[in-house]
Amino acid sequence: MSDDAIAGLLGGEISVINVGLERFAEDLEQQGVATLQVDWQPPAGGDAVLADLLSKLGV
Amino acid sequence: MERIEAANSEAFRRMLAGAPLLVDVVPAGEAIPGLAGDAGERKVLHAGPPVAWERMCGPMRGAIAGAVVFEGWAADLAAAEAMAAAGEITLEPNHHHDAVGPMTGLTTRSMPVMLVENRAFGNRAYCTINEGLGKVMRFGGNDEEVLGRLRWLRDVLGPALARALRDSGGIALRSLVARGLTMGDEMHQRNVACSGLLLRELAPALARTSGDGAALAEILGFIGGNDQFFLNVAMAMGKALMDPVRGIEHASIVTAMCRNGTDFGIRVSATGDRWFTAPVEMPEGLYFPGFTEADANPDMGDSTIVETIGLGGFAMAASPAVAGFVGAGAASDAALTTRAMAEIVQGENPEWTIPALDYVGVPSGIDIRLVVETGLAPTINTGIAHREAGIGQVGAGVVRAPMACFEQALRAFAELEGVTEGGRA
Repeated sequence: MSDDAIAGLLGGEISVINVGLERFAEDLEQQGVATLQVDWQPPAGGDAVLADLLSKLGV
Repeated sequence: MERIEAANSEAFRRMLAGAPLLVDVVPAGEAIPGLAGDAGERKVLHAGPPVAWERMCGPMRGAIAGAVVFEGWAADLAAAEAMAAAGEITLEPNHHHDAVGPMTGLTTRSMPVMLVENRAFGNRAYCTINEGLGKVMRFGGNDEEVLGRLRWLRDVLGPALARALRDSGGIALRSLVARGLTMGDEMHQRNVACSGLLLRELAPALARTSGDGAALAEILGFIGGNDQFFLNVAMAMGKALMDPVRGIEHASIVTAMCRNGTDFGIRVSATGDRWFTAPVEMPEGLYFPGFTEADANPDMGDSTIVETIGLGGFAMAASPAVAGFVGAGAASDAALTTRAMAEIVQGENPEWTIPALDYVGVPSGIDIRLVVETGLAPTINTGIAHREAGIGQVGAGVVRAPMACFEQALRAFAELEGVTEGGRA
């Protein structure tokens, strides 16, 4: 995305989709920004060993 | 992995193909080989995975003492507790004997059990008769009021139900549950509709086979006055539906979830009869007047077999009334719970549908891989027992199955599949 496009994106009214940590969404909501929170966490809660096993078990 | 997907499809097919009928009520010592004759002497079956007396919670110990007195193996509760503590009472899980039981879940040889037959696969499963509300053995009650009711179940209600069921030829349960879901039941903490539907089917046969009008009136009043009467039927049905799913090579589908007030246990199809256990969690919910969280016993009972087949917490969206009763929030929150559970299962049950979700089927066939991957532990609707024996139910709530059970199961499953960290064995 060009610098102009980014400037255009933030120049007007913005809507945000926040994935993961809710704190970012909360801060934006407090500033009146329309925010949609996506409830997401890393596979297996971030446990690398279990995530590795899962990837080999077809998930 | 294609072999896992194929195995899970077969597991799901067997779940949907089941044809459970409530066909009889018989003394446990006649129905369950492990409780027959000498094998049933001084043996008590309990809810959940195996647990020794020393690690049992208060209500479980209290109920066992009551059951020992009920069977005439001890003269009083103190003597019964001493026998159990001395190892003179054999304690085994219901699940090891084709049976299930709510809360403490006790089954002994002279207690009548409802027999559900899965006609598609020829297997049978058993559950005791629901005792009603108030002071009852499933919540650890053990005084004369509790034991007197058990004698009435054994001597009056059990035989009457047996006569009626034999006369009626049995009651098909899949279609009955389908109707119950459209009437606001989720079959764990709300069984109002199914209890009524069951009574409506049973009443003519009860009348035909009863020669005693006063006893018949008492029986009809007991069943009609117990909103949870159907729970034990649903549990035996769940066990009958899930047992044919056990032992399918490469299948990562959960075949049983249960708890004994100390440990939560699960079994997985490919790993057979092995238990994967972790400490039970405390339910979060609403308490009856006069009680608080400080009075609550940790999670307990085999009733999670209903979540294992896609009902209970998984079908929360069908039952907005239950969402309020267990403190799970509004009807929209109930819908979210069912949608979340849909992320950890093999599929939807096309016969058991939820009107409020545009007739989507209940999410069924819990896949341990999806539970671990998403971090979404199964949601369970449950009653809450007082932590001390003999007081009874103090509330109702929601509890999560411990994630540690599923992580252990996944590691064992991976080992069976020849999958190891960093490479394949």
